[in-house]
Amino acid sequence: MKFERYGIGIAKGLSVTLRHLLRRPVTTQYPEQRLVTSRRIRGNELIWDKNKCTGCATCAKTCPQGVIQIVTSVSAEENKYKVEKFEVDMGYCIFCGLCVEACPYEALFMGYAYERARYRRRELILAKEDLLASEARKPSGYFRPKIEATLPRQTLLLDGDRGRRDGH
Amino acid sequence: MAMPMLPPDWPGGFWAHWGVFVVIIFVFVLATIMGFIWFERRAMAIMQARLGPNRTGPFGVFQPVADALKLLIKEDIVPAKGDKLVHWLAPVVAVVPVLMIFAVVPFQGGAILADLNIGILYIVAISSVTTVGVFMAGWASNNKYSLLGAMRQVASVVSYEIPVVLSIIGVVLLAGSLSMQQIVIAQDIPFILLQPLGFLLFFIGACAEINRAPFDLMEADSEIVAGFNTEYSGMKFGLLFTAEYGEALAISAIVTTLFLGGWRGPVLPPWLWFLIKVGFVFFVIVWIRTTVPRVRIDQLMALAWKFLFPLALLNLLITAVEILVLPAVSPWVLVGVNIAVMIVLVFLWSRLFKLGWGRVEV
Repeated sequence: MKFERYGIGIAKGLSVTLRHLLRRPVTTQYPEQRLVTSRRIRGNELIWDKNKCTGCATCAKTCPQGVIQIVTSVSAEENKYKVEKFEVDMGYCIFCGLCVEACPYEALFMGYAYERARYRRRELILAKEDLLASEARKPSGYFRPKIEATLPRQTLLLDGDRGRRDGH
Repeated sequence: MAMPMLPPDWPGGFWAHWGVFVVIIFVFVLATIMGFIWFERRAMAIMQARLGPNRTGPFGVFQPVADALKLLIKEDIVPAKGDKLVHWLAPVVAVVPVLMIFAVVPFQGGAILADLNIGILYIVAISSVTTVGVFMAGWASNNKYSLLGAMRQVASVVSYEIPVVLSIIGVVLLAGSLSMQQIVIAQDIPFILLQPLGFLLFFIGACAEINRAPFDLMEADSEIVAGFNTEYSGMKFGLLFTAEYGEALAISAIVTTLFLGGWRGPVLPPWLWFLIKVGFVFFVIVWIRTTVPRVRIDQLMALAWKFLFPLALLNLLITAVEILVLPAVSPWVLVGVNIAVMIVLVFLWSRLFKLGWGRVEV
């Protein structure tokens, strides 16, 4: 016999909400609390390794948006290209990661961080020096399994019970 | 149990008493409304595994203050083709009766602005005036959503007033008085035990009258924007909002007085018992709001006329018979009988409850 029509359904619902009252909230209060992102996040702007880059411009050719601009010059004595200009207009980047996948020398990485808001459009155009890896611009494990292995695993909830209710 | 005695006349005579209690009621109502707004947001958030407001002050307690300040300095917009005077008057007409309800709510023995001998009748009469304010708001806005919301409100209040009043009569029969004080004093056993069915009907009906979820379809945001207060902004909206929460507070206070024994309770001081009970009733209202989804308009009407109304009539009949025929029986026997009657009747009526001759899903 079904009892759903006799107020039992409502009683069940009430017990569910009451149990939630004792449960820990799932909210992450973002600027103060952060979750660990995916190890393969296609995050911040591209990160460029200037020592590995040969200036072959494969990345520029792969880029569907045509965002990467490379100007190289030939240096005869070293018998290789010299990268004169490596400029990325992040305003148009769609974070597809194709350049990272295409790079034959593993010189390009996606960024691991994800806060990339800027006040000015011109700040979105990154030249050689801005593209280098730094403490704030760590490379992500996207298409780079060696880096991926060093990064912490992703979390979907804050764990531990330190100040969960209010983030203090 | 010793009857709580009413204190003699307050010092300073009538006007001093009047002045003191008007101030107390204003402060109590406005402060509690702010507290309730915070409490509702917070409790609902936690029940939904969220945090709720937590930025302004410890645990976000100053959130309603911040909201009120925001509303005070917001631009007051009157629709170009609206009825300006009625638009301006509506929030006042909605708020004032809500405040007037508290004139007869006893905070403890003798702590009452006016111990009217027709207290509960006065509440029934006054609380319906709020609906006029709401309908004025809907009418004056010159907006289809406002008008629809207001019309739904009127329809639901007209329908739900009947079971609510009928279940109040059961309490009045038991107490033998319409005075709120006397009703509390008569409750050696809280009337929720002697009138379980009446309590259920009153609570459902009252939730519908103050358009609390799940009966909040006069301001169903998914259908009609914000119902009657769509075109309101600034402090006028604030007043309508205050009226809404004031009604919730009033209903909590009335449920406490009629069914939960008012200020009476062991150990703690009476006014604290009153506040605790009011808070608990409001928590139950919030709890139901978090749980139950909004009903349709036909479900709303059917619940009033096919479920609550016949049950309220039966409840009244049973109570009257018990009082007339079994005056000498121990009340605890009646408690058992009444609870059994409630379970049987609710079960029976749930089986009989149909919409559209059974062609529409309930």
